[in-house]
Amino acid sequence: MSDIIRRDPRAQWIARNRLHPLHAAMQPVTHSWMGPNGLLRKNPHGQGFIGPNGIKRIDRSGAQQGGMSKRSAVAEVQLPLHQVPQPAFYICVVPDMVGGRLGSHDRDLLGLAHQLAGQDGAVLAVVFGEHKESAFAQAGVDRLLVLQGQEFEGYAPEQRVQGLRAVDNQFSPRHWLLPDSRSGGAELGRRFAAALGERPATRVWQVKDEQCIGRAGAGLQDLARPLARLILGAVECAEPVSETRHEALPVELSTSVARSLARIEDLGAVAVDPAAIPMDEAEFIFSGGNGVKDWALFHETAAALGATEGASRVAVDDGFMARDRQVGASGTWVTARVYVAVGISGAIQHLQGIGACDKVVAINLDPGCDMIKRADLSVIGESAEILQALIAAVAAYRSGAKRDAA
Amino acid sequence: MELGLQLAGDKLQVLHAGDIHEPALRAYLGMGLEQLHVLQQPSGADALPALTDYLRDAGAQVVLTGTQAETGEGSGMLPFLLAENLGWPLVVGLAQVESIEGGVALVLQALPRGQRRRLKVRLPFLATVDNAAPKPRQSAYGPAQRGVLQADQVTVVDDELLTASTLQPAKPRPKRLKVIKAKSGADRMKAATAKASGGTGQVLKGVTAQAGADAILKLLIEEGVVR
Repeated sequence: MSDIIRRDPRAQWIARNRLHPLHAAMQPVTHSWMGPNGLLRKNPHGQGFIGPNGIKRIDRSGAQQGGMSKRSAVAEVQLPLHQVPQPAFYICVVPDMVGGRLGSHDRDLLGLAHQLAGQDGAVLAVVFGEHKESAFAQAGVDRLLVLQGQEFEGYAPEQRVQGLRAVDNQFSPRHWLLPDSRSGGAELGRRFAAALGERPATRVWQVKDEQCIGRAGAGLQDLARPLARLILGAVECAEPVSETRHEALPVELSTSVARSLARIEDLGAVAVDPAAIPMDEAEFIFSGGNGVKDWALFHETAAALGATEGASRVAVDDGFMARDRQVGASGTWVTARVYVAVGISGAIQHLQGIGACDKVVAINLDPGCDMIKRADLSVIGESAEILQALIAAVAAYRSGAKRDAA
Repeated sequence: MELGLQLAGDKLQVLHAGDIHEPALRAYLGMGLEQLHVLQQPSGADALPALTDYLRDAGAQVVLTGTQAETGEGSGMLPFLLAENLGWPLVVGLAQVESIEGGVALVLQALPRGQRRRLKVRLPFLATVDNAAPKPRQSAYGPAQRGVLQADQVTVVDDELLTASTLQPAKPRPKRLKVIKAKSGADRMKAATAKASGGTGQVLKGVTAQAGADAILKLLIEEGVVR
């Protein structure tokens, strides 16, 4: 249903004109009113509207579609605010923040933290460096501590452990929760545990009744143990917070973090051949479909961007791409963080395949296609021109960056 | 093992803490080792003190470990505790050692999504080896039988963890259900039939190819995928 408000000027005129014979019928019907004896009276005939076929329809969802009711803008549902003015204790969470945002694993962990915090405790999230997350409040963060500084940038696990130790000294949280993930949490958590001398509970998938259950060994056994102070949670260890809103009040460290001499120096990421990365693991996929006419240009653009190539089913069926590059229900379900779709209209099977993607960019001629509805950024236009402009822009950006560095 | 053999050749020492009669140890000898040291321990003992003592005197410059044990707790904490006890730096997820010279090693670390990161680390160091490291060579039967399993006696320290906790057969994890929190039937119907759509995407229409490409590149740079 469109949100355009349609007026009937004649009906409005009749409603204003008290002398019109239809004036009474055009008045807004009151559904309930207070009777003379203090009883609430209701008019059961007043509800509903006459549908297009002349039959009275009653829509009990509240979003009445007939002409009688006043249309209101869809109000953003305001979740109840959970406040912890004087936290009795802290539960500390160190999310991974892949790409600067909370991932689903991080949200699960925050859910677990709330389970442990109950009503009196506060969930303190410790974030290193810059972040792009704006929904800490919805994810269940009561207090937010951002540790910023040059020393935490890049790969600096030893310095981050120092940061966490400082947090531990100041807040002495009851529990530390870290994601047991390859994107940093598992390593940081274990380093921190070794530094604290705590024995962590690892790969925990359930916390219940002061017991935590984690996978042990090669995954054939579970280890049930009393609740540990440091917990490395597996994916889906708890339900994420969804029914409350939180304050996400910023807090700061009162002391400065001890600087440790870096024994491991980060020399930066190494260029990896994007074609060698398996499709389902690739971070950045550049995918072409029926709308791509110049495939040489497509490959050139993918190489310029340094992206893994993908394709829709049509492109694979027509022989432009190999079968193992197909994205979608009958191909690969990809988990890329950024997905660029060139000339793909977005069949439902394809959209299923990119369901886990974070940011989708569409380049398409048809402004009404389903891919544009899914995309975070879409450019309507001829793909060949845009790809050429993109190659030129990347080249200009790279040379500009080199000039800045020199 | 393969990484170690490629790095050190016949100067590689292989160390195992546990049962000397484990048949899998012979398979390691079959990869071309003369001998293998075993710190004899019953199962359930803590491997950390024995390994720390051994490594402190072994004179090794690079110690490679697995990621986690396949039996027992399997927390993957051992390399971290070893590094803490020895005071050595630890590299996690080693994929390749590029060069070792002048007391400094250049190594490649495996990251998720097939990415690699180059690290410079001072010797001596400890590293856990990732799945992305070279595939092991085939084990030969003859050398496996000829090789020597050298047993070292160490003091046994019992692990106190297993007294408080229980190992049980792994339970399949419950599958997360998609819970639809809708107040009315119409909302539930909508949630069940709706297509996946963001709805809030920015659409650039009627712009030049140049402007469109710039907008795309800006997003790609913001996301950090174009460097």
